[in-house]
Amino acid sequence: MINLLIAIVIILAILVLAKVVRVFELSADLNGQDHSEVTEADNKTQATLFVVGIIAWLSFVIYGAVVWGDLTLPVSASEHGDKTDLLMNITWMIIGPMFFLCHILILIFTYKYYYRKERTATFFAHSTKLEMIWTVIPTIVLTTLIVYGLSIWNEITDAAPDDSIEIELYAKQFDWSARYAGDDNVLGKSGYRLITSENPLGVSMKDGAAADDKIVRGEMHLPVGKSVVFKFHSRDVLHSAYMPHFRAQMNCVPGMTTQLHMVPKTTTKEMREITGNDEFNYILLCNKICGAAHYNMQMDIIVESQEDYDAWLADKKTLAETFAPAEEEADVVVAEVVEDEEHREDHNEDEHESGGDPE
Amino acid sequence: MSDHAEHADHAHHHHGKPDFWTHYVFSQDHKMISKQFLITAMIMGFVGMVMSMLFRLQLGWPGESFKVFELFLGEWGKGGVLDPNMYLALVTIHGTIIVFMVLTGGLTGTFANLLIPLQVGARDMASGFLNMLSYWFFLASSVVMVGSLFIESGPASAGWTIYPPLSALPEAIPGSGLGMTLWLVSIALFIVSSLLGGINYIVTIVNLRTKGMSMGRLPLTMWAILITAILGVLSFPVLLSAALLLIFDRSFGTSFYLSDIFIGGQALEHTGGSPILYEHLFWFLGHPEVYIILLPALGISSEIISTNSRKPIFGYKAMVGSMLAIAFLSFIVWGHHMFITGMNPFLGSVFTFTTLLVAIPSAVKVFNYLTTLWKGNIVYTPAMMFAIGLVSTFVTGGLTGIILGDSALDINVHDTYFVVAHFHIVMGASAIFGMFAGVYHWFPKMYGKMMNKKLGYAHFWLTIISVYGVFFPMHFIGLAGVPRRYYSNEAFPLFDALQDINVSISMFAFLGGLAQVIFFFNFFYSIFRGSKASLNPWKSNALEWTTPLNPGHGNWPGPIPEVHRWAYDYSKPGADEDFIPQTVPLKDGEEDIH
Repeated sequence: MINLLIAIVIILAILVLAKVVRVFELSADLNGQDHSEVTEADNKTQATLFVVGIIAWLSFVIYGAVVWGDLTLPVSASEHGDKTDLLMNITWMIIGPMFFLCHILILIFTYKYYYRKERTATFFAHSTKLEMIWTVIPTIVLTTLIVYGLSIWNEITDAAPDDSIEIELYAKQFDWSARYAGDDNVLGKSGYRLITSENPLGVSMKDGAAADDKIVRGEMHLPVGKSVVFKFHSRDVLHSAYMPHFRAQMNCVPGMTTQLHMVPKTTTKEMREITGNDEFNYILLCNKICGAAHYNMQMDIIVESQEDYDAWLADKKTLAETFAPAEEEADVVVAEVVEDEEHREDHNEDEHESGGDPE
Repeated sequence: MSDHAEHADHAHHHHGKPDFWTHYVFSQDHKMISKQFLITAMIMGFVGMVMSMLFRLQLGWPGESFKVFELFLGEWGKGGVLDPNMYLALVTIHGTIIVFMVLTGGLTGTFANLLIPLQVGARDMASGFLNMLSYWFFLASSVVMVGSLFIESGPASAGWTIYPPLSALPEAIPGSGLGMTLWLVSIALFIVSSLLGGINYIVTIVNLRTKGMSMGRLPLTMWAILITAILGVLSFPVLLSAALLLIFDRSFGTSFYLSDIFIGGQALEHTGGSPILYEHLFWFLGHPEVYIILLPALGISSEIISTNSRKPIFGYKAMVGSMLAIAFLSFIVWGHHMFITGMNPFLGSVFTFTTLLVAIPSAVKVFNYLTTLWKGNIVYTPAMMFAIGLVSTFVTGGLTGIILGDSALDINVHDTYFVVAHFHIVMGASAIFGMFAGVYHWFPKMYGKMMNKKLGYAHFWLTIISVYGVFFPMHFIGLAGVPRRYYSNEAFPLFDALQDINVSISMFAFLGGLAQVIFFFNFFYSIFRGSKASLNPWKSNALEWTTPLNPGHGNWPGPIPEVHRWAYDYSKPGADEDFIPQTVPLKDGEEDIH
């Protein structure tokens, strides 16, 4: 297919050059005939070309939907994603027929009504009835879509269940870190002035809740069927945490906490079977222009059973533990505690909570 | 009427014997200013287009080296490998140039200037001097923008929306140094140009209409331009304020948009600001801007479709009403660009509601276009081809807006190639089609010559093939989860299967670029060698065709004609011909439609 497309493009390109050359020929007989007046033959030719062109265009659309449709995202891996996917399909079922209807009308009208001297156009300037029809029908359809869409939006953005796991997703140029809240399920406070090379997330160890927090990079694990609340932070510029398979996305804004919650419902293993790809991994990628390596700011997401998840997490060191240098392990990057009396109180995350999502 | 005549005499004395400089350079004649806008915009459009070719080369064949990068970009393309920072600069400046210099300055600047005095029946704009200033600010803005391409640290590269902190911190990206300063200077100049032009357009349309030219008899181009100018005057100052606050943050240490930032190994002093404030200010302009671009194109196509269908435009009042409704709604939908910024979800629902409402007046416009074609007697001039093409792209691109405007759906397609596909079709292609249609239609009025029709047809077909060949497949890339503004997708094995599509998109993009060569050739060739135009080559009713072939400054040698009817009496029963110019008085008992 791709070779065919390339061939078509090359052929068309040659036609273009031929056209340009032809102009020089035309300029020679400039005095002969008029190269601007539209003749009856022109009208007929262009009307026919509209038929060919629109049929080609509609065929291209069908081809794309059939062939390229398979390359789009697989079924949703989150509970709310099923609902938005359904809404998406319903929306396609409304706009698809509208698209075809309008183009078929263009096809018919452009062909049927091309200029002929003996014909006269119908003087038809206004019809309240017709205009009411295409004001009222779209209004009804759109109102339905709006109400349905907003009911889903409200569900998605509603308060997270109390037993949700809390995870901080921390963005900087050009990587992601995930901080798990630990046994107490409370994230320790942090502030940008506490950031050092040893404490890249600026976590305050003065806060007791921080002691059992765990920081991981490169790969984030989630238990299947459990609600997860993500708290997003950025230390430098805007980033956007985009998890396409979960139909989830939220911007990371310096100076502000944003959040979303979701329930992963398909494990990585199951999704590998669904997609038929043994190497499939869920991904988190950056979707807000953030600098030179924006295109490679990613993290893998592994969804697994509660037991596997617990085992994986248990293996990671808490912030308190990583204080002992002997226990430091190469595969886990964790923050060292920085006690900074001066700044700790002023620059905690609570200060900025008001800007985030209301619960 | 007599006032106008006196004003004209005055004007004639003033410009008694134009020499080269006052005629071609510092001209205050709206027709010359219109040509200046058009040719400047064509040059800028060429620059923007070449940039898109360069980044399509990168996206089609990432990881390969091309000598052409080094040729065009020097250090930034060393060894034929495009620098990722320069990739971002290319998409940034491409977007900025096309949105502002071509589709705002170029489209409105050209056709508002050319058509307002000619279609409302005035000697010139209300203020010829402000009009001239408007062009010179536009030119200065374009020169600064192009100049920013040649500095050592590279041009602005934070995306055309230049969200801080990326745009505020040179530590974050090199383009946010001098390049961003020049970008902001350029846009500030552009806003001045746009405001000077806009105020002039409004005043002229409201005050300088000739006798009989009631608002209900204005051609739809005039309504479109009037509404566009009002949108611009109300929204561009907000962009100026956004840019000024950004300049303060960048240069004077303020913290409007910056807070809690740790970059380059140190914590910055900025505290208390919010980048979200910038986004609100930017999109308060940014969304009306979409309609500032689109409405003139819709106005132009209404005029051209009616003229060449030899039929009155269907639902004149509904067309005006829907433009007013779109304009009003455009001020209360900006938040749909920000559904996932962490904005209050309730606010998100309000913006979803207002955004989806835009589909109603848009649907009215589409069906009115289609009904105008129905039972017409359609003459396929190159202008008409592009106007029909606009109806197609407006439908195709507009419908996907229903997905993007729905907050629950936007979560997953936001900032992906789906958005790129949507806005390039509905805004980019529709507006540029409107602009091409306008050039083909009014070229005889601008230069007294005709453009070659066959080259026009070739231009149209190759352009629409490449538009859909480039942007239709992008929907699927977006639905596969590929973000926009990625230098390469090679870091994600999941996206490997999409690479073939990217290759074909790039091929169509090059074809589209080549097609524009035909247009440039036809345009400049016809200025000098085109066949001489007749007085009213399209048999149009509108007032501009009552002027002499190459109207001098003042437009009508005698008194300004009086208008007796609306502009759309085509194929009216009882008339001898299939058109009745606006200057023809109503017959006894003839119905006056408006």
